[in-house]
Order: sequence, then structure tokens, then C-alpha cells
Amino acid sequence: MNNFSYTRAGDVSTAVSEIARDNEAKFIAGGTNLIDLMKENVARPSRLIDITRLPFDKIEETEDGGLRIGALVTNTDVAYDEQVEKRYPLISEAILAGASPQLRNMATTGGNLMQRTRCYYFYDTATPCNKREPGTACSAINGFNRIHAILGASEYCIATHPSDMCVALAALEATVRVTGKDGERAIPFAEFHRLPGDAPQTDTNLRADEIITAVDLPAKGFAENYTYLKVRDRASYAFALVSVAAALEMDGSAIKEARLALGGVAHKPWRDAEAEAMLNGKEASKENFQKAAEAILRDAKGFGHNDFKIELAKRAVVRALRQASAMGEMGKRYDDKLHRTADKPR
Amino acid sequence: MNNKADSEIVGKVPASGPAKSSITLKVNGMEKRLEVAPWTTLLDLLREYLDLTGTKKGCDHGQCGACTVLVDGRRVNSCLTLAIMKDGAEVVTIEGLAEGDALHPLQQAFIEHDAFQCGYCTPGQICSAVGLMNEGRAKTADEIRELMSGNICRCGAYPNILAAVQEVMQASAGRAKQ
Repeated sequence: MNNFSYTRAGDVSTAVSEIARDNEAKFIAGGTNLIDLMKENVARPSRLIDITRLPFDKIEETEDGGLRIGALVTNTDVAYDEQVEKRYPLISEAILAGASPQLRNMATTGGNLMQRTRCYYFYDTATPCNKREPGTACSAINGFNRIHAILGASEYCIATHPSDMCVALAALEATVRVTGKDGERAIPFAEFHRLPGDAPQTDTNLRADEIITAVDLPAKGFAENYTYLKVRDRASYAFALVSVAAALEMDGSAIKEARLALGGVAHKPWRDAEAEAMLNGKEASKENFQKAAEAILRDAKGFGHNDFKIELAKRAVVRALRQASAMGEMGKRYDDKLHRTADKPR
Repeated sequence: MNNKADSEIVGKVPASGPAKSSITLKVNGMEKRLEVAPWTTLLDLLREYLDLTGTKKGCDHGQCGACTVLVDGRRVNSCLTLAIMKDGAEVVTIEGLAEGDALHPLQQAFIEHDAFQCGYCTPGQICSAVGLMNEGRAKTADEIRELMSGNICRCGAYPNILAAVQEVMQASAGRAKQ
């Protein structure tokens, strides 16, 4: 690990002015990703600004009937929060599908948004990587790319965003609240993370002097019909090869409103307005689910080792929609049971 | 670390490095005042400064769980925790679980169920199981497996680890009912 100095921010304005003063400084909260990157020499901050004592540790109701999750609330505390479990169970499910209990006890809401890709080449300082060292190359495109993107990638980078929670937040259309030198602003979740384009070193649209203070959830939580389906190499404690957050508003057996977000397939949680619109007002049928799956993956492109993800993602979309729409009727438990049996090694 | 990275680091950092800071930690019930560098992890502090070598360094990247300790009652990976950030916290390690010669019920159950072979992951497994029980989220065998998934055992003692945790959990649930 590189040498660095350490300060603890006592208030938001100090945190913001300190980060603005030193472009090699970084905020630290849970540290679960940053310290790991520092040990690998991928992140080499000159200074860490400890923000864990800032007052962003609460979950509160918002004026418009939603919920505000402070940036420092741990993944564990969000997942098991009574309001979140009741009104936004998709978020609880997504968080609990990720990492381990130890890491969830440490990792924060803001940090989850800011975590970097787990692309092996990004982590390996002996190989070129445009995200780590802009202008070198993408080693994954012609390398081992089993875990890499099938949507929205560029010739510069085919990394994926590793978060589960963010996939649920994208589906629910959360808002990221940030504070910077020029004051506060709210960033719609879809605009928070960016696609790699020709600048894969930049993961988000957060400015250098800004800090995340909270994530706001809108009033509508899709608590009746939802599923977070995660497909991975082992039954627990692994990143998604493909994940699907499906949230439906049902009207009998018809879909009134559909939200669909994919994880593990792109540089950001992947949504597709066209695919969602195809489901609105339609019967919840396998045929309609299949059409939506084809639509959301219509531009998918594999790079060799990850070609399998395209078909896998389609099937995961169909299954997630089936599970979400069947909740409360034939029962989620039944589908969960099927799911668990399928997960067991033979 | 490659040579290029080495030379860059030497170029950037003053030879002395940033000063150490004074922190206070309560470790296994004893208050400790310590001088730590910013980059000292809680794991290294426990092992190298406090001689509490029960907590193990496995992967050092938060993937194996061997370094699991309890900070303010919650299980965390001490390898990904900077000690300086935990000023004022209460830390419990495997050394702090027994009361004198009386083993913690989980320690006893691990012995009785033969829940380890090489033993390297065991301190982390046991601290993690203490955290699991504090959390009170796991009831079934499946839930215990899922919520112990942050602790890897390369000897594959999982069935016996599960049996040990289950036994202590059932015993403590039984006591709570009485």
C-alpha cells in the first residue's frame, strides 16, 4: 500500500473543501473496496478523508412520501430496515444477494454506488487497462472476458459495474443527492453511472468536489410484485454473471407498469425503456416476457468467453418476470423453492 | 509490485511518511492506547502490535473471512478496516470469547463437532458465528449456510461448522424460552 495521510472530516463543508483542494485525495467510509484497491496499488490516494462521522447515518421519510437513505447507512442496516423491507423489498433482496455479512456490515450506501469494477485486468497493475491507466489498452477485449459486459461496452472498456443494490435502485428510479462546492444537487439514478465510451476511467457523473449525502427512494416501491434474481458461479458470496431486478405493478393478470434492470452486463445497471413499454398493459405471459427479454438484449454483443451471458440474461429476465408477476398468486414461495433446488450442485 | 510502481511511489512520498496518530481501542475488555500509522489495518494492529495472533490473515482482501472480528458487536473483516478509523471502538477477537478457562459455547461446540481440520479459518468462523447469533437473522440450516458464506474453509469442514453453530443456536433459543 502506498503511504498516505489521514484526516477525519467533522462536517460536510470541510469534507468538500478538503477533497477540492487535493485531486489525489479520496473519501473513505466502509473501505471495503477502496482499501482492497489500495493494497493492490490500483488506488494510490495521497490522502484519505474519513467521512464516517458525518451525519448521513439515518433513514428518514421524505416530504413526497418516499424514503431518504443516508449515504453512510450500512448495507446491512438498509437491507433489514423495517421500512425498506416493507416498502422496498426489492432493495433488501438485492443487497442481501451481494457480498458477505461482514462486508455488508462495513459497506455504506454511498460507497456501494462508488465501488469500482472487479475486472481482473483493472486489478492487475501488470496489464494495460484504460480504466486504471487511460490511453493504454483494454486487456479484456481479447483476453479472458467471461465476466465482462455484453451491453453498452466500447472498444476502450468492457468492464461491468459490480453492484447488486444499484440494479434495484435503478429499477426503482432512485435519486442520488450530492453536495459540492457549488451547493447541493439531485442526480437521477440513471444518470449517476456512465457508460465507458472513450473515458472509462470515469465511472460516474459525480464531480471531483462532490460528496454523496443520501439516496432518495420515490414513494412507489413495487412491494407487491418484485424479484431480484442473481445468477452467479456459486450459490452465495460471488458477483453476478447476470442479475435482474424486476418490479411490476399488476392489475389482475395484466401488467400496469413494468420496471426491469440488469446487473453484471454493462458498465452501469442496464435499463431499456422500449422493453419496459412492451410489457405495460400486457398480460403476464411467458410469451410477453420472452419478447421483453429479446428487446432488452437486442443490441447485446459478446466478446468470446462471455457470449453465454446473452442467452443467460434472456432466460433470467423471463424467470424474474415470471417470479415477480406470480407473487401473491401461485405464490413466491413455490418459485423460490424451485429456484433453490436448481441452485443445488448435482 | 512491479518496478514502475515502486519508482513512482518513491518519487511521491516523503521518506518519513505521515506521522502516527494516537487512538484508543477497547480490545477484549481492556482499554489500549495505541500509536498507529494511517495505513495500519485492524488485523495488523491486533497481530503485530498487540500480539493477538488468534485472528488470522488469510487472503488480506476481504474474501476469506479468516480475519473476522467483532467491532462494536458486529462482525467485520479486520483486514479491510483501518485501525485509525476505529478510534474509540470496542473490539472482540477470538482471544476475548472465553471466560477464564471456560470456553465460549461456540468454541466448545466446534471441538465437539470436529468443526475444523487445519484450524486456520476457525477463529474467523467462530467470531463470525458470534456475530451471526447477535444479528438473530438465521433460523434454518439454509439461512446459517447463507449467512456464514463470508467464511471460507478450504478443508471443507462446512457440515460440522454448520452442526456446531446450529447446536449453540438451538441451545440459546431453548434458554431464551425458559
